Amino acid sequence: MSRSHRSVIPGFGLSLGLTLTYLSLIVLLPLSAAFIKTLGMSWDDFWTAVASPRVVASYRISFLASLAAASVNCVFGLIVAWVLVRYPFPGRRIVDALVDLPFALPTAVAGIALTALYAPNGWIGSLAAPYGVKIAFTEVGIFIALTFIGLPFVVRTLQPIIEELEPEFEEASASLGANRWQTLRRVIFPQLVPALLTGFAMAFARALGEYGSVVFISGNMPMRTEITPLLIITKLEQYDYAGATAIAVVMLGASFLMLLVINLLQKWSRRHHAV
Amino acid sequence: MSILARNLTKTFGAYTALRDVSVEIPEGRLVALLGPSGSGKTTLLRIIAGLEFADPGSGRIDFHGADVTDVPAGKRGVGFVFQHYALFKHMTVAENIAFGLTVRPRAERPDRAAIDARVKELLKLIQLDDLGARYPAQLSGGQRQRIALARALAVQPKVLLLDEPFGALDARVRKELRRWLRHFQREIGVTTLFVTHDQEEALELADEVVVMNNAKIEQVGTPQEVYDRPASPFVIEFLGNVNRFATKANPLPGAGSDVLYVRPHDVDILREYHGEHGVRVRVQHVFSAGNTGRVALIRVDNGDPLDAELSRVRLAELNLSAGDDAWVVFRHIRLFPAGGFTERDVAAEDASPAVADPGQGI
Repeated sequence: MSRSHRSVIPGFGLSLGLTLTYLSLIVLLPLSAAFIKTLGMSWDDFWTAVASPRVVASYRISFLASLAAASVNCVFGLIVAWVLVRYPFPGRRIVDALVDLPFALPTAVAGIALTALYAPNGWIGSLAAPYGVKIAFTEVGIFIALTFIGLPFVVRTLQPIIEELEPEFEEASASLGANRWQTLRRVIFPQLVPALLTGFAMAFARALGEYGSVVFISGNMPMRTEITPLLIITKLEQYDYAGATAIAVVMLGASFLMLLVINLLQKWSRRHHAV
Repeated sequence: MSILARNLTKTFGAYTALRDVSVEIPEGRLVALLGPSGSGKTTLLRIIAGLEFADPGSGRIDFHGADVTDVPAGKRGVGFVFQHYALFKHMTVAENIAFGLTVRPRAERPDRAAIDARVKELLKLIQLDDLGARYPAQLSGGQRQRIALARALAVQPKVLLLDEPFGALDARVRKELRRWLRHFQREIGVTTLFVTHDQEEALELADEVVVMNNAKIEQVGTPQEVYDRPASPFVIEFLGNVNRFATKANPLPGAGSDVLYVRPHDVDILREYHGEHGVRVRVQHVFSAGNTGRVALIRVDNGDPLDAELSRVRLAELNLSAGDDAWVVFRHIRLFPAGGFTERDVAAEDASPAVADPGQGI
């Protein structure tokens, strides 16, 4: 390397090489395997595999439930993160640790626990049952499971940002005569939007791929409560590898598109923050 | 709008930021709160702004005779400028300036056109006419400071409060902004209170200086008063360089060990001296760069260091170099007796040799 190209931060060549190798092995290779597998199918086979009514119904429930869960997590995750950062209260450390539980818990355990709670004879389910409301084995059950596993993503991305919010901005707003709601909406919230979008994207992506905690509570009724990951497993169990990967490719494409849009939104919302 | 603060005490846990502080700011003045960090000056400013409240049951704040002690910041009619500006990053300069107007309740809010006109007028006032559409991140520190000022002024505050307004700027910009602020304050005549730890800034800019130390006010007065007639050893030491001598033999009857102060510019150096009041010194170092000449000396009798400041012409006449012996005489001495006596201005009694004989006293 010539002298003029020398950087004060050494190791660019080596670390970039490592990064690319690692990403290829861990991410790119498995993904391309899925694509290659589907390439072996004829277009008609592919179309039947990914567009049969049962599969389309599963896309619907997967995307809608994930979207709803991630949205709800944005609202409540923001509140949780705000409370954890801003207010000292006894037991705060314990509550803070609780947030990580959905990360740590094996998803099947979570699924079984949630099902036990929300089933018509469970603690919460039995309260709702007399009113004719079913939670477990419906779309609502799926939504609850997905909310459970998505919460930490929103809280943990927002927390450091809220910690860095200077109280000066709120004081400036207050001294200019803004009330609390105006300060929240016009001063604080815009500063949180980029992190909120990141949290939303992560919670959403996680929910889309979630399998373990959902299969117990969803009841897996075809056309109604069957999520896409479950269909993929079903196909695999029937040795229909090509069909399974075809659905996976559609999911991949859709997720990639969603994440791309969210990234662009984020870039847009952050446009003024660079100094 | 005059400000009257009475008996304010503020504690943060075990730490006392203000101890029974009272101060009056007359209408239309530009007043500096001057003190070292931790002296309580920012706390006092924030309590006046309503961003902080004095300890329950302590003190009272009046704006123009009306009690505002429990009124929150947004309803006090104060403009507050933060040390680091606190401009809203996601809003343009114009949106920042308009903020205080746009958050008003609908009934009191000016219409869009009136707000735009006000923003334009303020941008002109701060000489940044063309920058309304920029974002704060695209501007320099001095520009941001002026925008913060315009934002505070947009709501037509009755009092303007500035927390270390020039602290984060480099020396040249600071000087320029200082001059600008002074001119500007005269023009709009709003009562202005600013916090600074820079004595030069306070003396140069303010009509009146409130010197604070250790949660209390040490002295209030015009820049000339606090400089020429400091009320305590702290004030004289904080406002500019000073030579300090502890006296062994006390010239005043009945006192213990007193402290004498002489400003470097009140020290005169002589090659030859035959009077009674001279002190024998040896030259340590001559600093001849800068607008005045400075000479570091030590006393021959006890080795105490001593600084002198002379005009460069005088310095050239003396032609001193390190190691030379010379005499110094003091044109002006200030004495603070030890043991809690009230201060006495020795300079005022210069006529009496028994009191003002430095040769004997120090």
